[in-house]
Amino acid sequence: MSEYRIKGQQGEYEVVIGLEVHAQVTSNAKLFSGAATAFGAEPNTQVSLVDAAMPGMLPVPNKECIRQAVRTGMAIDAQINKWSRFDRKNYFYADLPQGYQISQLYHPLVGEGEVEVSPDEKNPDKTKTIGVERIHVEQDAGKLMHDQHPTMSYVDLNRCGVALMEIVSKPDMRSPAEAGAYLRKLRSILRYVGSCDGNMEEGSMRADVNVSVRKPGEELGTRTETKNVNSVRFVQQVIEHEAKRQVKAIESGEGVSQETRLFDVAKGVTRPLRSKEDAHDYRYFPDPDLLPLELDDAFLAECRESLPELPDAKLKRYEDLGITPYNAAVLTAEVETAKWFDRLLDAGAEAKAASNWANSVLPGILNAKDIDFSDARNTPEASAEILAMVDKGEISKGQAKEVMELYLDEGGTPAEVVEKHGMKQTSDTGAIEAEIDKVLEANADKVEQYKGGKEQLFGFFVGQTMKAMRGQANPQVVNQILRAKLDG
Amino acid sequence: MSDLTNLTLAELRDGFRKGDFSAVEVAESFNEAVAGADALNAYVEKTPELAIEAAKAADEARSSVSLKPLSGIPLGMKDLFATEGVLTSAGSKMLGNFKPPYESTVSANLKAAGAGMLGKLNMDEFAMGSSNETCAHGNVISPWRREGSNAGITPGGSSGGSAAAVSARIAPGATGTDTGGSIRQPAAFTGITGIKPTYGRCSRWGIVAFASSLDQAGPMARTVRDCAIMLENMAGFDPKDSTSIDAPVPQWEAGLSSDLKGKRVGVPKEYRIDGTPAEIDALWDQGVEWLRDAGAEPVEISLQHTKYALPTYYILAPAEASSNLARYDGVRYGLRETVEGGGLHDMYKATRSEGFGDEVKRRIMIGTYVLSAGFYDAYFTKAQRVRALIKQDFRKAFERCDMILTPTAPSAAFGLGEKTDPLAMYLNDVFAVPASLAGLPAMSVPGGLDKDGLPLGLHLIGNEMDEQTVLNAGLAIEERAPSIQLPEKWW
Repeated sequence: MSEYRIKGQQGEYEVVIGLEVHAQVTSNAKLFSGAATAFGAEPNTQVSLVDAAMPGMLPVPNKECIRQAVRTGMAIDAQINKWSRFDRKNYFYADLPQGYQISQLYHPLVGEGEVEVSPDEKNPDKTKTIGVERIHVEQDAGKLMHDQHPTMSYVDLNRCGVALMEIVSKPDMRSPAEAGAYLRKLRSILRYVGSCDGNMEEGSMRADVNVSVRKPGEELGTRTETKNVNSVRFVQQVIEHEAKRQVKAIESGEGVSQETRLFDVAKGVTRPLRSKEDAHDYRYFPDPDLLPLELDDAFLAECRESLPELPDAKLKRYEDLGITPYNAAVLTAEVETAKWFDRLLDAGAEAKAASNWANSVLPGILNAKDIDFSDARNTPEASAEILAMVDKGEISKGQAKEVMELYLDEGGTPAEVVEKHGMKQTSDTGAIEAEIDKVLEANADKVEQYKGGKEQLFGFFVGQTMKAMRGQANPQVVNQILRAKLDG
Repeated sequence: MSDLTNLTLAELRDGFRKGDFSAVEVAESFNEAVAGADALNAYVEKTPELAIEAAKAADEARSSVSLKPLSGIPLGMKDLFATEGVLTSAGSKMLGNFKPPYESTVSANLKAAGAGMLGKLNMDEFAMGSSNETCAHGNVISPWRREGSNAGITPGGSSGGSAAAVSARIAPGATGTDTGGSIRQPAAFTGITGIKPTYGRCSRWGIVAFASSLDQAGPMARTVRDCAIMLENMAGFDPKDSTSIDAPVPQWEAGLSSDLKGKRVGVPKEYRIDGTPAEIDALWDQGVEWLRDAGAEPVEISLQHTKYALPTYYILAPAEASSNLARYDGVRYGLRETVEGGGLHDMYKATRSEGFGDEVKRRIMIGTYVLSAGFYDAYFTKAQRVRALIKQDFRKAFERCDMILTPTAPSAAFGLGEKTDPLAMYLNDVFAVPASLAGLPAMSVPGGLDKDGLPLGLHLIGNEMDEQTVLNAGLAIEERAPSIQLPEKWW
């Protein structure tokens, strides 16, 4: 149970959160027309006769969009409805050429499912299951641009008709952290499945945030819905702000009214958009231009087979390989990272060392050089080669970092970098012994002190030897010989 | 050569093939007849050049013997079919002089079959009406007159322009659309033949929508054979219409036979409606006898939910219409009315107030009402259930018979301006609507004349996908009914 509480004058309140996530389906064409869906195209360049609602135009479902929604449902263990239906949601708005949106109200494509989240990043083992009520498929509306002309509003229909999945959670979340974890996990799953790119900045994913507060254990309070919030951070801000605002409203006796609100990003507050009293009567009814959607077993089997290994399964596999839960969680959060790491494992890297490298060492190197993780040079194969050299004792861990840096700067292969810079670690006992003898001779006084009981000087001798050998000596061999000479 | 306009579509096709006349001669004859028929107000846009262009292609094709099924045939097109670059107004001021950059599938199919286009035919606004008195372009006047009267008569609706054009011989055939009788009732009123095929036989793509779950295109022509020929070239699966039936188009013309031996004709007792003129009932009995004469055995059947059909239709059709017509908002095409200093909603309001006629507004309001949150279950959901029961009635009936015979309309054509009560007007479709709700093929064929000398139609309903039986029974009636002399030209 979440410990998150809002402190009011009259005690503590619990916050109840449900999210409706709109995720744009990754597909080349819109839900019911052949028009393209690329982001950033010139206004009104991706509009078909159907999207513009020309007289006599009819929608035809795009099977790929349906397939993606089904696969998404399967990825959250949801009920897939073999029989579903599209409904029209009628309302007048300038960004809605047909005068209605084709959606699913009565019979959604995907029924109940669930998502397991880890709200506490420090304790990824502490999980909570968030229920998903349904996923339905619907058309996106066009975009209104009010600031381009002093008196006119412009309409860009490029997004109009683009397929969206509306993923409706149950009111199972109790803190901003849980909501954030749920959104991140959902985005991660969508990206694994490949059904949505999860890009919140470009609007591919946005959330309507339903918030209510209550005294713990009491009946659900009146909720507000804050529309179109487009980042995890903003969603959390909305919850924090709404919860406090509602507690204040309740305690002042004014009460919470059920309404739709907007999030003011600049001020970090929510504002009323419209109240329930003037809410639209959407007038839903089954779309008579479309037959019910009936899915056969072969189609469902194909959808299931096409699913990749999902984050939870991957996490477990990594943990089974001896990777720490924290590292496993970080590595599986983003599909690109996970794919990269799988290639690193495929190249033969030892799991634990590889996970430390990928999680701690490598990000530092990339950050310092301002290189993106997905940079072409950052191949898992190069990292695997470096890790293999460490494993074989050819270079030290310290050198590994240096090799990676040089490799990124100069190209070639890590082996070539080591060769070129003469970085190969030596285990040649003769050479090391000769070097050690010189060090001991030059520091006879310290040898005396050591023998007199100042054992911490051992590290000094190791350091001097390594320095003399420009870091290329195998530290284990150095240790061994030093021990023999000093203690023997 | 004006007598060419007296020939049926099949006669024109065959005569042209034999070389009796050229396609250009046919097109010119009809163009001339169309030009001389303005008094009927059947055409809202004439396209003589398109008719000639197709005719020239047909004449060239004849010399190279690469003829198409409708080579040499000019047709009239209901103004509900989108025609590329040619006015498509759906009989409404709302669409003004809209010229779509696309062609409806049905009109494209006809074009591809070699047919030319004489022009766009007048109709009730957005196909809502049964008398062609709701057209933005003015009423269509039937070429028919009551005996001894000069008063204007309605051609029926909504495909009134199509009916008047075929009946006045200013088109050998025309396209119509039927949502609740809009092909069959005007065909009956003007003494011609028209068939609405099974829902989904003809693509709705590019047809300005009225009520999507009911709208279906079909042919209107002088004879059953002509209808079969046209329908063969209109129908077909269209991937652009999700409700289109993915099945091959039968060769209906080749399958025509008026021998009905072994067939049973159902006579539904619920279609005996109080207040129906005696001559309608008499014609119905006569129709049963003609079918018996052709070899069919009459059986009484029951379609017990018939009395709920009309109210069901007048909930469902307006509901769909209110939604389908939402797109006419003045933003992208057609009429746009702005209000000085007004905002978006003022523009919507002004545009829709100005652009839609009274009947369309009435139905939009009914539809909006029955879909609204508080009334949805009471009206729309219940109507959907009744529709399912009506379908079930027919399913059961077709276990006992192969076709159903009824009158097409409860009366002959009435005079323009005679019916002003919308509810009385809706009653015109009382016999036609059940087949529409069930999506079944149904046809009107001329049966005779009433006491005033106006045509009456007989109505045949067939089982799903069984247009052939409907056509065959129609042919049997056509062969036995007194041949109807189309009106002499007065216009």
